Amino acid sequence: MPSANEKGELKAQERREFLSYVWGLGLALALTIVPFAIVKWSAMTPLAVLAFIGVFALAQIVVHFRFFLHISSRQKREDLQLLIFSGLILSIMLAGTLWIMASLALRMGMT
Amino acid sequence: MSGDIAKHPGLNLGPGHGKDDAAAEGLMFGFWVFMMSDAILFGMVFATYLTSLSATAGGPVASQLYDLTSTFVETLLLLSSSFTFGMASLAMKYRHRQRRLVAWLLVTLLLGLAFIGVELHDFASMAAKGGVPTRSGFLSAFFDLVPLHGLHVAAGCLWMIALLVQLARYGVDTKAKLGIMRLALFWHFLDIIWIGIFSVVYLPGCMHAVG
Repeated sequence: MPSANEKGELKAQERREFLSYVWGLGLALALTIVPFAIVKWSAMTPLAVLAFIGVFALAQIVVHFRFFLHISSRQKREDLQLLIFSGLILSIMLAGTLWIMASLALRMGMT
Repeated sequence: MSGDIAKHPGLNLGPGHGKDDAAAEGLMFGFWVFMMSDAILFGMVFATYLTSLSATAGGPVASQLYDLTSTFVETLLLLSSSFTFGMASLAMKYRHRQRRLVAWLLVTLLLGLAFIGVELHDFASMAAKGGVPTRSGFLSAFFDLVPLHGLHVAAGCLWMIALLVQLARYGVDTKAKLGIMRLALFWHFLDIIWIGIFSVVYLPGCMHAVG
């Protein structure tokens, strides 16, 4: 059986982790509401709106990784390498596809 | 405990769970490898959608088909379900009564099912306006991407029902704990994909209606 001291430590840890989920929810909510509000009510140029959407989406992805998936500097090196390598492959394939297809459309006069 | 190295990415059970915590390390890593390959699959479907944006073939366009309010409701449903799943994970990690864990899982399941319901309603209203997958390349790409995420959520709901049956039959044993931990990762991961969907598909699509 855990001692009273360990129990207290466990309770404090539970409280910290609970608050971390609450922070995650709050930040994610804010990062959701702002881009929706911008699209609905703002009169900015389309390019500026797109930039805002992109920045808020990236920020919210970071928030989800940090507060819901608990990715932090405490990861083992292999675990971080898996995440970073997947991110690298994903961005090469995404950016490469968009670049090639946009260039193709331009050269074929499809735009 | 903040100085400790996590055994695996995601919520760790912690040393108090003994062999269950030890068993989690390999399984969770394997599940992360699956999720990352799934993320790359989604990335390619996103690329397909983006390259098909102008291929509307004279059919209905994004701003005529998408509904910003409905997307916002779906986003809130999925986000709150991510939070309630977090509460279920904590109830399991800190050994609260099984009833509390089951209650949070049930709330999460209901939110997931509500999300699927709203999404199906969206697809039906799109179809009513002539937005069906066979109409144009753009719509084929749309119905490749968004329902793919919906199918994932439906699979997550089925998995959750299976885990609830498992919990009712066997209680919170090693297998149930590891199952819930993997479903938690999957559930949070699907919420991240949804951020991509509302930011890449719905928000820019609704933007043209305004600007």
